[in-house]
This record gives sequence, C-alpha cells and structure tokens, in this order.
Amino acid sequence: MNHLDSKFGDFGGMYVPELLIPALDQLEQAFIDARNDPEFQAEFMSLLTDYAGRPTAMTLSRNLVSNPLVKLYLKREDLLHGGAHKTNQVLGQALLTKRMGKTEVIAETGAGQHGVATALACALLGLKARIYMGAKDIERQSPNVFRMRLMGAEVIPVNAGSGTLKDAVNEAMRDWSGSYDKAHYLLGTAAGPHPFPTIVREFHRMIGEETRAQIMAKEGRLPDAVVACVGGGSNAIGMFADFIDEPSVRLVGVEPAGKGLHTHEHGATICTGSKGILHGAFSYIMQDQDGQIEESYSVSAGLDYPAVGPQHAYLSDIGRAEYVAATDEEALNAFKLLARKEGIIPALESSHAIAHALNMADEATEETIIVVNLSGRGDKDLAHVTEVLGDDI
Amino acid sequence: MARYEAMFAQLNKKNEGAFVPFVMLGDPDKATSIAIIETLIENGADALELGFPYSDPIADGPTIQAASIRALDNGNTPTECLDIIAAIRDNHPQIPIGLLLYSNLVLARGIDYFYTQAKASGVDSILIADVPLREANRFIDIAREHQIDQILIAPPNASEETLQTIGELSSGYTYLLGRAGVTGAETAAQTPASELIDKLTKYQVAPPLLGFGISTPAQVAHAIESGAAGAISGSATVNIIAKHLGNTPAMLSELGQFVQAMKAGTLATFKE
Repeated sequence: MNHLDSKFGDFGGMYVPELLIPALDQLEQAFIDARNDPEFQAEFMSLLTDYAGRPTAMTLSRNLVSNPLVKLYLKREDLLHGGAHKTNQVLGQALLTKRMGKTEVIAETGAGQHGVATALACALLGLKARIYMGAKDIERQSPNVFRMRLMGAEVIPVNAGSGTLKDAVNEAMRDWSGSYDKAHYLLGTAAGPHPFPTIVREFHRMIGEETRAQIMAKEGRLPDAVVACVGGGSNAIGMFADFIDEPSVRLVGVEPAGKGLHTHEHGATICTGSKGILHGAFSYIMQDQDGQIEESYSVSAGLDYPAVGPQHAYLSDIGRAEYVAATDEEALNAFKLLARKEGIIPALESSHAIAHALNMADEATEETIIVVNLSGRGDKDLAHVTEVLGDDI
Repeated sequence: MARYEAMFAQLNKKNEGAFVPFVMLGDPDKATSIAIIETLIENGADALELGFPYSDPIADGPTIQAASIRALDNGNTPTECLDIIAAIRDNHPQIPIGLLLYSNLVLARGIDYFYTQAKASGVDSILIADVPLREANRFIDIAREHQIDQILIAPPNASEETLQTIGELSSGYTYLLGRAGVTGAETAAQTPASELIDKLTKYQVAPPLLGFGISTPAQVAHAIESGAAGAISGSATVNIIAKHLGNTPAMLSELGQFVQAMKAGTLATFKE
C-alpha cells in the first residue's frame, strides 16, 4: 500500500513491472522518514545554502520589457551551482540514497544537465554514478559528457530506439530492475512512477517559496503570474507548488512547440493532448493511434521528451494551470534578447518561458507582475546555438 | 473447461510439466511469424506466450527489444497481431494462447475494446508487463467480463501481502519470475526458493510457470522439480529467430529441435 497519494486525479500511478514495486515502496518510506527527520532536513538545507548557493537571486529585468505597466522578474536558478535548478532535487535524492544504505546511483540524461547534477552530487557524497545517455545526445552535448566523466561518473551510451532521452530512461529502468538492492534510480524530472513526481516536486518547491518571499519583500504582494518551461516539468512544478493554493496567481507552463504544433516536430504533450502511459505514469504523451510512442523534438534537448509529469497533466485538466507552447524560433529570439538586453545568457529551455512571458507582457493592459523561472544558464547551449544561427547574431 | 485448466489437468494426468515458448508477433514479418508459431505447436509447445511489438519495452532485454524493432520496421500493428492469433486459433482450437504486452497498447483504443478484440481472436490470457498488482484492478475487472485470465506476476522479492493478493485474484496461470532484471537468456533463472513455492501453494495461486532466463531443458526440469507447473522460454526462442533471419527453413528446423528438447525437460523421465 502507498502512504502518499500515488495519483493526481487519474494521472500518475505506478505502471512499472511488479519487480520494481518494493524498490519504489522503499523510496517512498525513506522520503516520508526523511521529511520528519530534522537531521536530514538540516543536512539538505546546509548543502543547498553552503554548497549550491541558495537562495538564488530574483532580478527585475531592466530593459527587456517595453510595456510600462509590466514588471518582469527573473528567478535566477541559472546562478545555482551546476548551472540549473536540477541541483536542488539531485542533492535531496542523493541524501535519500545514502539514507537507504545504497551505494550506487543510476540516472538518465538528455541534454546532460541532470547527468551533470547527478555527477556532482555523487562526487560530493561519495556515491558511484552511472548515467545513461542516448548516443545521439552524447554527440550533441559533448561538453556535458566531459563534465560528468571529470566528476567521476560513468556515462553509458544508449543506442536502442531513437538514442535520445526516452531511450535513456528505458535503459535506466532496465538497469534498476536488476540492481535495486544496491542502486537508487535518481530520476531527473517530476515524471515517472510514484513517488518520483512527488519527491521531485518537494525537493524543488523552495523555488516557489523563495519567489514568494522575495516578491513580497520587493512588491508587498503576490505576482499575477509565474511562468516556467515544461519538458518533464520539474522546474515548473518547483515554481508552481507554493502558488497552487493562491488562485490570484496564474500558473503558466510553456512547452516546446519545436517547428510548430501543426508539424510532427515538437514536444508539446499537454497542448496536443493525448493521454497514455509512458515510463510508469499515466499522463499526456506523444503516441500514434496504436499506442506506440512517438519521437519528440525541440531545439532544446532538455525539453525534448514525449511525456510530461502527471501533476502538470492534472493541473491542466482541472484548469488550475495554463499550458502554452513556444517554437524553436521564438525561444531563440528570447535567448538573444535576454543576452542583449540584460546581459544574461539563458538556457534554451528557459528561453521558451521567457518568450511566452514577453508575449504576456506585450498584451498586458493593467499593472502586472510576472515572474519567470530562469531555470538554467545557456553556456551549455552556445555551440548548438552557434550552429543553428550561424553568424546571424 | 477453460483452456489453461484443461491443459494443466491433462499434463498432471501424464505427470508432465508445461513448456511454453514466447515469440514476438510479426517477427520478422507476418507470414514467417505464423510459420514460426505453427512450428512451435507441431513440436510440442503446450501453450503459447505471444508478444505485441512495442516501442518502449522497459521489462525487456536486447533480444526481445530487437524482435519488437524487426516487427515494427516491417509495418506490424496490433491489428496484424490479432490477425495472426486468429489464424493460429482457427487451426488449433485447444491450445492456450497468452498475450504479453505493455499497458499503453491496451489503453490506446480503450481497455474494453482491446479485451473484446483479443477475446474474438481467441486469446485466453493477458499479461501486461508494466501493470503491477497495485494498478491491476480495472484490468482484472474487464478481463473477467470477457472471460480472459489476467496473468499476475510473482517476483522473487514479492511480499507476503503481494502473494496473498495474487492468490485471491489470479486465474489461468501465475508468471513466476526466475530472477530480477529484464528478459534475456544471458543471465540464467534461479531455481525458485522452496519458501516461495510453499507460499504460492499456501495462498493457492494459479499454477506457477517459471520465466526469465530459461534457455535449457535442464532448467525446465529443475523448475518443475522445485514445484513450478512448467516453464516459459522467450529470449532463447527469439535468439533462434534472430540467428536465421533470411533463412526460414533453417530457422524453423532449429526452432523445432529446440522446442522438442525443452519439452523433453518437462517429462518425468528427463535425464540431464
């Protein structure tokens, strides 16, 4: 039996081989125990503060928005150690790994950001990491592969299927089904089977909590909207979690529209709306009429995933959060604009959120405060962007 | 009498265990797939376990993954899978036929629709690799409406609570996992612990068939000696298909010999 809710409405659940149920139950129990253990909480807080650099700043953009009615703030997860929000929850799960007496960590990575975060946490805490990465992604993201190896992680190429993130997840789950006695599967986003969506949300919820405190200090009121990009959905759920019960705050998730929602080349699972099961959870996924999973596409590898976290599916269905999509082109424009106007190079993932926030800012007809979760920095994307844009900068 | 019950009753009378080969439907193509399944039956398979090709089979090792990819690359669809089963059922009214597949294929057009189609094609049981007991209720309810056995998995690490629930809900047979991990002949099954078999007996689960890592007649014999009602062999069977792609006569000939040898492992007279 589960001690925490394993579902969000109909979404979520534990659609995994029976073999993995004891490992997921053990993880749920460890998470519940850790939540009530002041020592665990103190260690997690200390790592976040002294190692990762929390709280992160919140920056009011100076030049980005032309509409005088709008204040656009950036929550600076790009300043976190590791270069993205990912570090938060990886530290939490790495501590849980030790608490369960496990010595090895399995992870999947697409762009390499979760892999890098996993590698740094495992280096710090003395855990042995093996990270599955699609063969195609290894080619596309070689600096991150080097970073992971530098910090002592083993990077295992996955040639199966499309050689991208979804295949890396498959391979990590296969590994785990034979190694759960010694290894923890450190899943990288708020998707997958219960209890991962809940654990990942709780280990990222400080993003929204800090945002609330910072905006109250600066503006004396809650924001009108918080905006975040959504691939699997971890940075977005971290930003949303503390505002779900504040109906005055619009929650806006921005999915990757790739080359356009009318094409097959995108990763906007909620916007295109087809329900199914992938990687252990019932959610919105990309599939054909027979239920075979389709390839997703996005200029940003971190959003290139054909499913989405089940809580986002639920928040969309009950109308609490809105999900929209931004194309590659819109994201690349936002990427350039933020660099040019504010001196900040955002991750291509976060650039999707900025692109949509700028549209919201243009359309505002009354005083509006928007907070965008700037989930990561763009250094990792420079080679890719140069390739896409050429000399067009 | 339902086909599994009839099969187990007959085998018991003869003091034999069941040998159940697994192959992927449509691997490598529809016509060869039908010929393969006919060969399995001709050479002594007591029942069939048949897979639906799926893009993301998380419980399968490289052998079965490759079989999925071969079939899908040749344009296999769930409709083709059901057509193959219907063709086999026409020729073999008595042999128990089980499906082994992933949940999203069942959900795609609706669970009820899938079970209706499966029943109409002559399917006796359905095992969904990524539906554990905890998520199984709505599938079991629909399976019962269609008089299909929903096959449940007893893993080596199952809790007492899990085995008790399997005892209450299982019908047809119980899939007893020979080891942790994914499907594959590379890592051998372990003989089930006698405590596990004792518990399965105590909770009166449907007859247990041992699967995962079964590739030799001796393993089949050990499984039956230790209390299993029979054994399932997937990757070893599919390896033979992969080895002879492009040479169907050689493929069918080796498959025939393999099934005969494995079936011999189910007999009381088997000698290593």
